[in-house]
Amino acid sequence: MRAALAGVAALTLGLAGCGGGGAPAGKAGGGRVTVFAAASLTETFTRLGRDFEAAHPGTTVTFNFAGSSALANQITQGAPADVFAAASPATMRTVTDAGEAAESPVTLARNQLVIAVPRGNPRGISGLADLTRPGVKVAQCAEQVPCGAAARTALGAAGARFTPATLEQDVKSALAKLKLGEVDAALVYRTDARAAGSDVDAVEFAESARAINDYPIVVLKRAGDPAAARAFVDHVRSDAGRAVLTAAGFQPPQA
Amino acid sequence: MRRPRRRVPLALLLPAGLGLLFLVLPLVGLLARAPWTTLPQRLAQPGVLTALRLSLQTATLATLLCVVLGVPLAWLLARVEFPGRRLVRALVTVPLVLPPVVGGVALLLVFGRRGLLGSWLDATFGVTLPFTTTGVVLAEAFVAMPFLVIAVEGALRGADPRYEEAAATLGAGRWITFTHVTLPLVAPGIAAGAVLCWARALGEFGATITFAGNYPGRTQTMPLAVYLALETDLPAAIVLSLILLAVSVAILAGLRDRWVGAP
Repeated sequence: MRAALAGVAALTLGLAGCGGGGAPAGKAGGGRVTVFAAASLTETFTRLGRDFEAAHPGTTVTFNFAGSSALANQITQGAPADVFAAASPATMRTVTDAGEAAESPVTLARNQLVIAVPRGNPRGISGLADLTRPGVKVAQCAEQVPCGAAARTALGAAGARFTPATLEQDVKSALAKLKLGEVDAALVYRTDARAAGSDVDAVEFAESARAINDYPIVVLKRAGDPAAARAFVDHVRSDAGRAVLTAAGFQPPQA
Repeated sequence: MRRPRRRVPLALLLPAGLGLLFLVLPLVGLLARAPWTTLPQRLAQPGVLTALRLSLQTATLATLLCVVLGVPLAWLLARVEFPGRRLVRALVTVPLVLPPVVGGVALLLVFGRRGLLGSWLDATFGVTLPFTTTGVVLAEAFVAMPFLVIAVEGALRGADPRYEEAAATLGAGRWITFTHVTLPLVAPGIAAGAVLCWARALGEFGATITFAGNYPGRTQTMPLAVYLALETDLPAAIVLSLILLAVSVAILAGLRDRWVGAP
């Protein structure tokens, strides 16, 4: 039921967005927040959205999860978004540079890479060096998206060189190739490996400390209900919000 | 009431014009936003040419595969009465309406390393298809083959069977009849189907990225390069789109209306 309502809300928002120049139709009250968030925030933000709706009756939160860079492009091209949470400051910069942010972004969490392997780690992978072994197939993110940029930094730090089987568009599709059994390992965020459940084990490696991603969040200038958008950002950064994020494997932002 | 000239009813002309506008405007948008001044440098970037070459190669190989398998399939559907023919025809056209991503997943489940056939291929021959150029060709052939089969089947149904009967009465065997009478008779239909098939293979995205992955020089075709360029560099994405558009329009326009009025 809630999903159906959210769908209707998203549709209404979309239509309002299509209306162009005029004022948003459903601005008075109601409290709708549309959040564009990095794919790696899917599980935590869905949970945070439910908590937020419970704490603010009458307010609806809808999400658009995708690779951060794709979302940043959608926002600069005029997509109706109220809040943007990116997986790297670089992607956030495309949005702030375009003058779309209502304020300066704040860091909500940090994330680190792990090597995701099938349960039981059948290939006995213990670090980046093992990924260079012949016959080991690796899925990695393309450099154009934050998880790929982080992977590149970490591999550079380790001096590890190998040819990945594929360069995926976002962290979730890299993980999907692992779950399907098409690759032996995938370089993904710790949080995504954890969210994948018991089919996937995470192998930590030291070099990932050299490529930690900060996740910035910001209220956007064209937000239909800035107060509700701001309240959502505050909720994400509250102690309760932080607890959800840490439970998923995120690290708290640096003080 | 004003009578439209040449007796073209306004009630048809207006929606037709709007329909044309709707289809053409997005292409105009691409042209309008194209970074014309930096176009030459962008075209010369090695990644662009690699993706274009791979796209042309895989689309051509996929078309060859479709012709080799699809023409006999079309012949079977057009010339042989067998139980369940309607069902088979429906199955052949399923990839037309299936979301390409679903096609990619289905291909993974069959030809992937853990797939029905893929695990056997891997264990017996050490062959894995995902993340290979062959995988791209398979993905493209899967979505493009229906275009060929439909075109060729239509041509076969339109061809006069009396020529084949005459050949048979003159003593030609079935194979000779097929190669010397039927094939030349429907050659335009095959050519038209092959071009459509090629154009569809060239534009294939969903099944390719799902089944074959994305790696420059190996599986990254033009549509994949466009999608990735969109993440960081809009002008680059527009340039890549323009190339793909130019190639497609050139091919389809070269074909003129041959396949629209196919016999």
